[in-house]
Amino acid sequence: MNLLEVTDLWIAYDRINAVRGVSFTVGQGEIVTLIGANGAGKSTILRAISGLLPAAKGSITFAGEDLLPLAAHLRAQRGIAHVPEGRGIFGNLTVLENLRLAAYAHTEAQFRQDLREVYRLFPRLAERRQQWGNTLSGGEQQMLAVGRALMSRGRLLLLDEPSMGLAPMLVREIFKVIQRLNQQGATILLVEQNANLALEVARRAYILETGEITLSGPSEELQHHPQVVEAYLGG
Amino acid sequence: MFQILAQNALNALQLGSVYALIALGYTMVYGILTLINFAHGDIFMVGTYLSLAAAVFLLGLPLGLPLVVVFVGALCFSMALTAVLGVVIERLAYRPLRQAPRVSAVITALGVGLFLENFTLGILGPEPRHFPTLIPLQAWEIWGLTITPLQILIILGAAVLMVLLDFLVRRTLLGMAMRAISYNRLIVPLMGVPVDRVISLTFAIGSAIAAAGGLMYGLAYPVLDPYMGIRIGWWAFIAAVVGASAISGEPCWGALSWAQWRFSPRCCCRLPLTGTSWPFPSCSCSWSSSPRACSAGRYLRECD
Repeated sequence: MNLLEVTDLWIAYDRINAVRGVSFTVGQGEIVTLIGANGAGKSTILRAISGLLPAAKGSITFAGEDLLPLAAHLRAQRGIAHVPEGRGIFGNLTVLENLRLAAYAHTEAQFRQDLREVYRLFPRLAERRQQWGNTLSGGEQQMLAVGRALMSRGRLLLLDEPSMGLAPMLVREIFKVIQRLNQQGATILLVEQNANLALEVARRAYILETGEITLSGPSEELQHHPQVVEAYLGG
Repeated sequence: MFQILAQNALNALQLGSVYALIALGYTMVYGILTLINFAHGDIFMVGTYLSLAAAVFLLGLPLGLPLVVVFVGALCFSMALTAVLGVVIERLAYRPLRQAPRVSAVITALGVGLFLENFTLGILGPEPRHFPTLIPLQAWEIWGLTITPLQILIILGAAVLMVLLDFLVRRTLLGMAMRAISYNRLIVPLMGVPVDRVISLTFAIGSAIAAAGGLMYGLAYPVLDPYMGIRIGWWAFIAAVVGASAISGEPCWGALSWAQWRFSPRCCCRLPLTGTSWPFPSCSCSWSSSPRACSAGRYLRECD
């Protein structure tokens, strides 16, 4: 069953069409990745799904429900957990407060329970729980951003460039966590410039060029596709 | 000499408490929207008039209500109605301009202020109104200082409201949402937080606190006119600027020190433990204009 269905999506900044008639699906329990160069429209698509940007045309359905009429905070409450580009940590809130805020719609008991999970997954966050968000390193911020997505009990994680600005070792760590979350049942839509990594963890991939999907298929196939190898894998 | 200074400090604390209550509304709205709500002084004025109306009405009832009841009734009435006024102003005047250049919103705020002044002027006329006496007029002499019950009420009342607000901003989920919005409004909806509702509540709370300040002001300086909001609002605004932002994690004690500074020109510093500022002769002035620059650590360093 498809958890997310995006059909003929158009998104415009002012009058420039940044995304032009994009359609794709994310099945329950899958990792799907959108790959593309800077400015291809990857982040724009994620923002339209989570409601930070309006769609000009098309439809987005999540678990059978039309998302477009819903405000962003209602989409988050339905289970869309968007980890934005640059992580979006609240630097003037402590780590614990960042996590609590992500569970805004939940009760204190649910929060306590989820908090234990997140601390088990990221022991570093537990150590730093009383620190201000802006004192965290890049890797820790990324952990916190993913931790927040888990606190919101997101059924679909939208991850925007989780590898950005991180040392290779940390990138591997983060991707290990992504795979682990997926094994535990999370559905993930991953946006990456690092095509190698993305194709390694994802089951299926869509290649995005200047706002249109030019290629799609299972990751193993795309890993060897001449167009992908030439453009993204430095083949 | 000491007595004169101490008496002045006490009087300043009374006036400063009122300024502080108004200043909180400025800083809350600025903290969350980076909007200087120039109408806030006039919201304070409306709050004062509403408490006047409630007090006169309750005193006029043939029930012989005790003054405490009249006071509490006027307080609740004006806080509630002024909160509604703040929410309505945000909804009608500021929200449509949320994406507009900031200058548009600031000019709109000035316009809203003018509207409130002239609306009040049109309805009530230009004659000053007298605020009835709700707190017994008496004075105690302690160590040569003259202390009135009203003074104690104002200082304690303001302190209680500030502590409550501080608790709200620091410890509650609503407060976390407010601080998050002040840091990065665009990301907050992704946490499932209804941003518009949090902003409405911020206006409601800021306006209600201004109304409480209005009642206290009316009791202490019992002559009201429709332009009082600008005069007193400006002092409070300066206090707000000097005292930094309430939302970003620091309470606005700056207003208190500002009022004291007006009376006796000393400088203020921020006490390390609480992050509050207080007149303290040996410290240099600290100036914090950016709401982001207010982590506890930085205050310490500024103070050194």
